[in-house]
Amino acid sequence: MTDITVAPRAVPRPFASTRNACRLCAPLGACIVFRGVEGCIPLIHGSQGCSTYIRRYGISHFREPIDIASSNFTEASAIFGGRANLETAIENVTRQYSPKVIGITSTCLSETIGENVPMYLSEYKKTHADEGNADAARPELVYASTPSYRGSHMDGFHEAICSLVQTLVPRKMLDAGMLDATLPDADTLVPADRVKTCAIDSTVSTDSGMPARGVKTVDTDSSHSTDSGSRSRVNVISGFVSTEDLRELHDIMGSYDVPYTLLPDYSETLDGGSWSEYQKLPEGGTPVADIRKMGEAAGTLYLSRVVPKERDAGKWLESEHGVVLKSLYLPVGIEETDNFYRALEEVTGKKTPAKWTKIRGRLVDAYIDGHKYCAGKKAIVYGEEDFVCSMVSFLDEVGIAPVIVATGSPSPEFADRIKALLRNSKVACRIMDDADFATIVEAAKGLDADIAIGNSKGQYITRNLDVPLVRCGFPVHDRMGGQRILHLGYRGTLNLFDMICNALMQEKQDAAKSGYTYI
Amino acid sequence: MVEILEGRKTQVFEKGKDGFEISCGKASVAGSVSQRACVFCGSRVVLYPIADALHLIHGPIGCASYTWDIRGSMSSGPELHRMSFSTDLRENEVIYGGEKKLRAALVELIDEYRPKAAFVYSTCIVGIIGDDVGAVCASVAAEKGIPVLPVNSEGFKGTKKDGYRAACEAVFKLTGRDNLTPVSKFSINILGDFNLAGETWIIKEYYRRMGIEVVSCITGDGRVDEISRSHRAALNVVQCSGSMTYLAKMMKDTYGIPFKRVSYFGIEDMSAALYDVASFFEDDEINAATGKLVYDEVSTLLPMLAEYRRDLEGRKAAIYVGGSFKAFSLVKALRHLGMATVVVGSQTGSEEDYNYLKEITDEGTIICDDTNPLELSRFILEKGADLLIGGVKERPIAYKMGIAFCDHNHERKEALAGFEGMRNFAREVHDSVMSPVWKYSPARIAARKGEDE
Repeated sequence: MTDITVAPRAVPRPFASTRNACRLCAPLGACIVFRGVEGCIPLIHGSQGCSTYIRRYGISHFREPIDIASSNFTEASAIFGGRANLETAIENVTRQYSPKVIGITSTCLSETIGENVPMYLSEYKKTHADEGNADAARPELVYASTPSYRGSHMDGFHEAICSLVQTLVPRKMLDAGMLDATLPDADTLVPADRVKTCAIDSTVSTDSGMPARGVKTVDTDSSHSTDSGSRSRVNVISGFVSTEDLRELHDIMGSYDVPYTLLPDYSETLDGGSWSEYQKLPEGGTPVADIRKMGEAAGTLYLSRVVPKERDAGKWLESEHGVVLKSLYLPVGIEETDNFYRALEEVTGKKTPAKWTKIRGRLVDAYIDGHKYCAGKKAIVYGEEDFVCSMVSFLDEVGIAPVIVATGSPSPEFADRIKALLRNSKVACRIMDDADFATIVEAAKGLDADIAIGNSKGQYITRNLDVPLVRCGFPVHDRMGGQRILHLGYRGTLNLFDMICNALMQEKQDAAKSGYTYI
Repeated sequence: MVEILEGRKTQVFEKGKDGFEISCGKASVAGSVSQRACVFCGSRVVLYPIADALHLIHGPIGCASYTWDIRGSMSSGPELHRMSFSTDLRENEVIYGGEKKLRAALVELIDEYRPKAAFVYSTCIVGIIGDDVGAVCASVAAEKGIPVLPVNSEGFKGTKKDGYRAACEAVFKLTGRDNLTPVSKFSINILGDFNLAGETWIIKEYYRRMGIEVVSCITGDGRVDEISRSHRAALNVVQCSGSMTYLAKMMKDTYGIPFKRVSYFGIEDMSAALYDVASFFEDDEINAATGKLVYDEVSTLLPMLAEYRRDLEGRKAAIYVGGSFKAFSLVKALRHLGMATVVVGSQTGSEEDYNYLKEITDEGTIICDDTNPLELSRFILEKGADLLIGGVKERPIAYKMGIAFCDHNHERKEALAGFEGMRNFAREVHDSVMSPVWKYSPARIAARKGEDE
């Protein structure tokens, strides 16, 4: 039997305070998602610092301009409410950036003073609908509630995805003959209050009045969208992955020859080429039209199994639009990547192209070539829960024993998830949720770990424990190419496997007195 | 073309064209992508380098995460400042108050890390949930026997400048506590240098060579005990005037210590700083030592700069930095490299600062307060800048537009202060401007085409 010392929360979180946090706050995750939508600019409803810090943090990893607007709370807004600031901000951002979508997030401040942003937005839209001619130039307003005192950046990430989907995917009730009743003339704009009657849940999305073009999309597409048999479209919700991972997903989806929506898609917006002239909002991102079509898909592959229950875009698409949900871990390692392709075959009804099975073959070959470098090695793995789960599954299948497995968010299911993924290891493993880096280092003392795997913040581990660090995940801001690290699929696994083996080989080489020319 | 937002039109000025006073010190326009940060950020960057103090951020996790090890401030001893401590407030505390957690955090961290003092930074929601941070700090201070100082740095309560002020108020409470340790009559405090890449050490060495004792550095490589006796120095020498003048004024009012504002960047300003300090003491030995120091340093430096200047002559620079004092020095330093400044701005300059910039810049130079990426990219294009000097947030703007970049912000890893800093600065500017990579930049190719036509 696997000998696992499981001590969730108790290995130990000995301090009331957090020392060198292993997580970020929710608005950051939401902003990353919004930057992955075509023509979308994030707008943080809170103090100036939130937007500046998140921009700076993102820029240090992606090395790209990341424009995030702020409603710039002042003392007066904190007392009397930030509504006027928010409206001015929407006006100014619209004027300067001409965005297709403004992705609004809350902050700890706006949530604590009880800002009712959905109501503000609903009334704002009404006002502008009354002005008439609120034509296509008016951006869609999508709101993600991201109080920084709850969860982590990953909660913000999934929240933003859910808001985008619920706001932009046309309501199914319109399919069922509501259209005639609500639309006197398909060419005129539907006032927000009319559309509200079609709303399904009581959250933000109730206020998402759809302009006529959205409704017309439903009108033309609804004839076949209800017929699940004829659905060929696939939704891929990516999780927080690298820009190279997103390009790999495009490659994979492209090879199946099915229409698909990849959400979010910051592969170009946060990792584009050099410019010939300044771009207000860089090209790329998931097209809004593709998000609108997500309700017509045959299935959703959601590459995360750690999605907040109430705000799960995949479940919502399934219950409201009959889109089959496949909840998956990030496809890292053979087991999880096999699961991914299996799900993809089921949803598309097509066989995996030989291109990918050949890479799988090379991956198995590499595993065998490299297994002795991994054998008996002990690893410290930390980061977002999804990332860590997939990494543990992968390490376990190549014979590396995770001895510290840590995530920064509180998560009661974390220990059980990890236990289930450790199929082979017989080495004691300390599993910690709600962990910080100081606690990780204290817990790792005396365990003789050979390698640490995770983001640049693990530099603190290597400095204290003299363990080599393989940098991946987010952020990687002390090396070149952090944004371009490939983790996903058979090809990504090959990349990770090479990086890890090479780090272990270099340790051996450096430690050997004479050095080895061949290892 | 990018439009300048209505509320910002008086914050952008073109010399020789506009006649108005530049307005500044305003809150950023809602919806603009300001390069500024918040009150908390101002306090955090100023106090961060005090290496043997505990820095505890009271609030939800983000503010601590984003500022973990954010500055390149070095310490010659303890490195407690490089730890990121947070009360990590959760929903429960937001509802029921965070005082209990704050108290527990302070007690456990002081017991574990034995700091000489503790700073508690309030973030946005602390005042709103009604925590009495002052009372908790006072009670823990009494219990643990070290100063525990609240920093009133709620993010929305003003601009970054207000954060500087809050930091000065907190650090001021550490002064005046040591009246025993002997202090020379030729002594100063270095205010407003943060020991980025070891810059404080360079400056301190100059003062040592002049025969002047540095009592404390506030805050670069800072120590609580040194600050405790800082009130007995003869003179406060203030760099980065935006952040530390307030402390110098408080020390003048309370302890009668005069202060001088200086800059350690560039040849003229660096030399002037040393001469100014020397002349204050009216001592022949110090004067002689200072003259020799400046002569030696400048005569080594100038031939080196000449080499860089050969390549850089005639190139144009844009400057966007946090404090305007730094901008003054940079305009002058660039002249030594044969470069003209065509755009210059800051996050926190005052009216007086901008008027001075108007004086020292050439006709046609754009001067801006609290700019944003769209404006900045437009100014760079319009004025044909070859180089942008700024921080991490400005870097990708320069690179995407295919122009060189020099990091002059608090994350820099190259020492840019002092005479050797001037050499590093010239080298860095030269390395970037003269790199062969620009040949492939689409923006530069387009610009070259434009010139040919």
